[in-house]
Amino acid sequence: MSDAWLTIALASAGTFVLRASFLVYARHLVDLPPVAHRILRQIPPAVLAAMVVPALLRPEGELDLWQPELLAGVVAAYVSWRTRNVGLTLAVGMGVLVLLQQLT
Amino acid sequence: MTASEERPGEAMTRRRAVREGVADVAPMLLGIVPFGLVAGAAPVAAGLDLAHAVGLSVFLFAGASQLAIADVLGSDGGVAIAVLTAIVINLRLLLYSASLAPPLAHEPLRSRLWAGYLLVDQAYALSIVRWDGTDDRRHRLPYYFAVALVLWVSWQLTTVIGALAGSSVPDDVPLDFAVPLVFLVLLVPVVSSRPALLAAIVGGATAVLAGEVGAERLAIMVGGLCGIAAGALAEARSSTTGAGT
Repeated sequence: MSDAWLTIALASAGTFVLRASFLVYARHLVDLPPVAHRILRQIPPAVLAAMVVPALLRPEGELDLWQPELLAGVVAAYVSWRTRNVGLTLAVGMGVLVLLQQLT
Repeated sequence: MTASEERPGEAMTRRRAVREGVADVAPMLLGIVPFGLVAGAAPVAAGLDLAHAVGLSVFLFAGASQLAIADVLGSDGGVAIAVLTAIVINLRLLLYSASLAPPLAHEPLRSRLWAGYLLVDQAYALSIVRWDGTDDRRHRLPYYFAVALVLWVSWQLTTVIGALAGSSVPDDVPLDFAVPLVFLVLLVPVVSSRPALLAAIVGGATAVLAGEVGAERLAIMVGGLCGIAAGALAEARSSTTGAGT
């Protein structure tokens, strides 16, 4: 087996274990204590921000507050917050970035 | 009434749950399509075969980690680092799994295993908002599978097209910016309370810091865990002072 296939097999198996883990033991999770629910509620904002914010603040791999990605991301976030429209947000975000890159 | 009792019209409302799932996920495709094209083109650009690109999409089915594997293998980073990097990026799926488990606890094991294979950010984000406890739990899986299957089919098609088209995409179309945008549209609606806002700020800031000090691969993990801790502490504080809502 080549290195690439070995990587794909191991990463896929490991990822499936992560995905299935709690779902398999779901029956034991119905009566979770409040503290567990409190922790679960924080997962989406914390993890999603950890993926989005670095991509906007350091798109080229180092902190940079004056670049098109950040401005496009801020505009997209505003559109998303005001309209809650996923399609519009994605279109505006991509559009602003293309526009800014044409200008610079 | 037990879950096994079928009322007249039950099949119809289940169909409606499927239709609503398709309608809810449709706008997401505006981000998924460019993301899939990038995830298909990246392995080929890194020197892997078309078959590897397809294998990543079918077996791994997790975009951010597919990009990371292409990146590591393309720079001769070795199997161990490629696998560990993918696992670290996908640790958030463990957290999603924990979050979706209670609302799906009544479903048979086989359904839950399929739900696990299909678990991605968008399917999670749409479902957790809908399953607020006032919904009919019999319609949860039809909704979830409708969302997830639309995502799965779109992902497979676009990654194959990306792998075949490869470098013929013009440089001035910033397709890779679709990746953070896809997660941004999921982030904004969940920042709906003060603890959630704190979790997002701390999570984002520590992820940036981790990247700045050179822990690039661990940035999501470190940021995520710090954000979760901050949000949970803030919520515990506000509930003990009686101000929590």
